[in-house]
Amino acid sequence: MIELLAQTCLNAVYAASYISLVAVGLVLIFGVMGVINFAHGELFMAGAYAVVTFYADLHLPFLVAVALGLVFVGCLGLLMERALFRPLRDNPLGGLVASIGFLMILQALAVMGYGVRMEHIPPVTQEVIVFSDKVRLPLSRLFVIIAAIVLLGALWYFLKRTKFGWALRASAQDPEAAELQGISINQTARIAMFIGAGLAGIAGALTAPLVSVNPHMGHSVIVTAFIVIIVGGVGSLEGAVLASVVYAVVHTFVTTFYDGVIADIVGLSLMLLVLIVKPTGLFGSADRA
Amino acid sequence: MLKYLLWPIALIALILLPHGLSFSQQEILVFLTINVLLVSTYRLLTLTGEWSLGHVVIMGGGAYASALYTKEFGVFVPVSMLLGGITAALIAILLSFPLFRMKGFYFLIGSFAAGEIIRLLWKRFREPFGGPKGIKGIDPMPDFSIGIYDFDFFEPISYYYFAGTIVILCLWVLWRIEKSPVGLTFHAVHWQDKLAEASGVNLRAYRTLAFAIASGFAGIGGALMAHYVGTINPNSFDVEVMVFVLTWAIVGGTGTFYGPILGCVLLTVLNEIVLREMGFEQLRPLIYGAILIASILFLPNGLESIVQRLTRKEAKS
Repeated sequence: MIELLAQTCLNAVYAASYISLVAVGLVLIFGVMGVINFAHGELFMAGAYAVVTFYADLHLPFLVAVALGLVFVGCLGLLMERALFRPLRDNPLGGLVASIGFLMILQALAVMGYGVRMEHIPPVTQEVIVFSDKVRLPLSRLFVIIAAIVLLGALWYFLKRTKFGWALRASAQDPEAAELQGISINQTARIAMFIGAGLAGIAGALTAPLVSVNPHMGHSVIVTAFIVIIVGGVGSLEGAVLASVVYAVVHTFVTTFYDGVIADIVGLSLMLLVLIVKPTGLFGSADRA
Repeated sequence: MLKYLLWPIALIALILLPHGLSFSQQEILVFLTINVLLVSTYRLLTLTGEWSLGHVVIMGGGAYASALYTKEFGVFVPVSMLLGGITAALIAILLSFPLFRMKGFYFLIGSFAAGEIIRLLWKRFREPFGGPKGIKGIDPMPDFSIGIYDFDFFEPISYYYFAGTIVILCLWVLWRIEKSPVGLTFHAVHWQDKLAEASGVNLRAYRTLAFAIASGFAGIGGALMAHYVGTINPNSFDVEVMVFVLTWAIVGGTGTFYGPILGCVLLTVLNEIVLREMGFEQLRPLIYGAILIASILFLPNGLESIVQRLTRKEAKS
């Protein structure tokens, strides 16, 4: 029993690591641009397909493929910012609707380019860290966990310690006042979009060898990300990370002890409950929502 | 004079329409008729200013309910359709308690979550919902004759007449509701909520009412669909269908009664005639996505704004 618990905890930590990357990106985009990006799950998918192309098909080293995925998806984010979100800045639902359109386009492109079937990606490493008979952690999962911690740490440093990060947070808090201080809203929007999309892309790229890559994989990702950002409090980065951990633990344990569909229902119910009882989220403050 | 001839001519055109079409086009016409009802109910929902992402799932609620009533209790099909609609409205009233504590974006996400929960329940519980494979072999409408015309419901034409009659009836009721004091209050709830509340309007009650009416008629639409197709499963009512409904409503525009219908008809014609005939069926999501983006960027008030501009010019000259 202890071993099962330990194994489930390890699985939860792994799930929390890539969920928090996706959710933090979504929150960053929402904070700076005021847009809920429905295409975020498809950006995750685009990152995974970047690995399919560069690593599985072109045989580049895995890390190079992941980096290319990050840049590629970040550029997709820049494209969305310039073509969709900037012209629709004054239309509160417009950006959301446009991102739904973008989602369909990305999905159709993936279907056309790769077909609807699952992609097989050769595993990067087969090594497994064995703690005991029933408690094992594949090295590739550990790699995702470490990458997530490093990336989130770098993001935290960027936002809290650098000038660009300050500008970003300033325009998230009060765009008008930030603009009066000489901060370019367009530039901060570009940076936020690149980082936000890039985080989704790198999460997709890192986990690509571990999940089934197909054109419709974005759906469950975006549902999970919505649950996490609502539970964490829309607009709160720390809340998103904490909520990722909470969600991952709940979801993994329910999956282990009941089944996956029940776990999804529990997750969605958790989100509805938070929306009803405390719409600002568990960790959000009232003024930011 | 023209004004009085317009409706009879339109009616005759609608009656004659399927006779010039192939079998598969007639089938599409049946779906189009049902989708017109669906998108019109969606507009009623948006009247109070809330955009739901759970509307298609609630329509599915009507479809599942009607299918189960006939299967489990042997209810006569047209009656079960009505009961399906009522069930969908009841689901909506139940959902309104959590959902109407939210507004705007939160309502959008909340309705999405609620819809997904319902779909997952269908998927999880084999009894009575049939699990991922859904319900098969749903009783079709029993054939009947009205003297001048024999309804044989394996023929899409017959079902088109039957569904068309029901949809026109429903649209008429929706139209009357919108033009009634209740409908005007819906507008007030959206555009002047503070003023309306100060004048003694119970905002929550009117939002719930709009939600329940829209869901009820959407449920009838779902039931019409279920008894025509014969099988339904959780994926028949997934987010993709919801996105299509959203696209129809946005491309057509939700400012007028005819806007969403216009969007639905035009996009379906484009989809079925242009894409399918020319073999671009695979591109459907791509083109829908592009149209959705183009219309929100360049035509934020939908196709109806073009119609309004044209008719206004006519009136001037």
